[in-house]
Amino acid sequence: MPLAVVDAQTLVDSVALGAVYALMAVGIGLVFGVLRLVNFAYGQLVMAGAYTLAFTSHFHPAVSIAACFAVVIALSTAIDLAVFRPLRGQSPAVMLVTTFALAFLLQAVARIVDVRDGTIGEPVRVVGRLNRAVDVAGVNVRQVTILAIVLGVVMLGLLALLLGRTTIGLHMRAAAADFRTARLLGVRSDRVIGFAVFLSAVLAALVAVVLTVRRPLVTPAYGLQETIVVLVGVVVGGLDRLWTATLGGFAIGFATGLINGVLPTDKTIFLPTAVFTLVILVLLLRPGGLFAPRGAATVERV
Amino acid sequence: MTERRPLLELRSVEVRYGGVPAVRGLSLEVAPGELVGLIGPNGAGKSTTLHAIMGVVPVATGEILVDGASLLGRPPETVARSGVALVPEGRRVFADFSVEENLRLGLAARRNGGGIEALREAFDLFPALAESRRRPAGVLSGGQQQQLAIARALVAGPRLLLLDEPSLGLAPAVVDSVFETLDRVRERGVTVLLVEQRAQRTVALADRTYVLANGGLRATLTPADASDTRRLVAAYLA
Repeated sequence: MPLAVVDAQTLVDSVALGAVYALMAVGIGLVFGVLRLVNFAYGQLVMAGAYTLAFTSHFHPAVSIAACFAVVIALSTAIDLAVFRPLRGQSPAVMLVTTFALAFLLQAVARIVDVRDGTIGEPVRVVGRLNRAVDVAGVNVRQVTILAIVLGVVMLGLLALLLGRTTIGLHMRAAAADFRTARLLGVRSDRVIGFAVFLSAVLAALVAVVLTVRRPLVTPAYGLQETIVVLVGVVVGGLDRLWTATLGGFAIGFATGLINGVLPTDKTIFLPTAVFTLVILVLLLRPGGLFAPRGAATVERV
Repeated sequence: MTERRPLLELRSVEVRYGGVPAVRGLSLEVAPGELVGLIGPNGAGKSTTLHAIMGVVPVATGEILVDGASLLGRPPETVARSGVALVPEGRRVFADFSVEENLRLGLAARRNGGGIEALREAFDLFPALAESRRRPAGVLSGGQQQQLAIARALVAGPRLLLLDEPSLGLAPAVVDSVFETLDRVRERGVTVLLVEQRAQRTVALADRTYVLANGGLRATLTPADASDTRRLVAAYLA
């Protein structure tokens, strides 16, 4: 397809979508690093945050966003204590299936809560004004697009600092590399896992804020589609390292945005077909992950 | 044995893997400041004994005490934080992390401050590590990685240091340096339980050496036995 078709607008939107997916990829990758658990229910954390934003739309935006963070962090911690902790050491297949069940359970609960007013779907009005466009060097860019890119860069930068420069970051990296040896050295597993779960919840809450600006109608399946796409991206990038998983998340977001941008409006039905064909091609050519070092062993994936 | 209260005491410890006993009714003591060896053929239960002390494998029956306090049922990180450090078999250094980061990980088990001072002491003890402090541990030689693994355990300021076959896979000249290092560690007053395959050198170095066979205690040797090849062989093969 001719490059001229990709205008600046599409490029910026694609980078923004890539940034959101990268944040989700980090959220999934952090927990995978310390628990070796692919959290399929990650999207339901985003969904819970989105519903919180919807139900608190009449409050001041700061209060509403704070509530979103509180609910997502509380839910994530509760899931860790009630489900992940008792499952530690189980096979990856058992843990993955459990997170499937958890995802659908949380959706079912959301449906029960949502349907009380007789309709399915709740609108988020808190940060809708971020949909307004601003002119950046002659390109019309929505504020939320800028927000997504800035959040992506800032959060990834902060996370790199946290992992690279702090003691808890060092312990998290050690736990991800070799948990058994890390524990033998005195690294506290509960603390490291708790912190990873907390960080991944913070990222899910941020994603909820950004996504609800882009798509304000929250339904029980909110965040599910994104999670599946990000999980695919994470595997395409390389699940065994956080940075390759993050790049994978970004890449699939960027590619989705780009393909969406170049496809004629009446042909967007072909978007998933194009994206997932690309994914299969990449996995056939680079089974260890698109960004994994050549010759790197593939980790167990389910 | 000594009259002082032992720092480490195992009382009739039994460890089973899937019903099969790997350690059978093992009792032993290590007094404060002692360097005690634990030798025996492959499968004798040496490493399992260390893993049982660290809380990596569950103890079926018996008791493990450090300074009179039971370690049973405690997770590895709690055992490490109570002042027991393990230099694991195969060194298990974090290859992608810098030498300094590996040492900082060792500080995780430190019960009180003084981490910076501990790192400085480690670099004094192992100058080769100081020269490579910013390099990834994976590029170090096998001997240097072993030094790093020992230094990483020492920075925790342990009361008791457990070593699991530190000379495994090293060239003979490097093995010499490992045993010299252990002697220096003892001089610093750290209590050591050393699991080794190199029987003669271990018996010569240690205050006392237990010979394990088939999960149980077969003999106890003193440094005087190191030159008595017949007694050594008998203890191993009896």
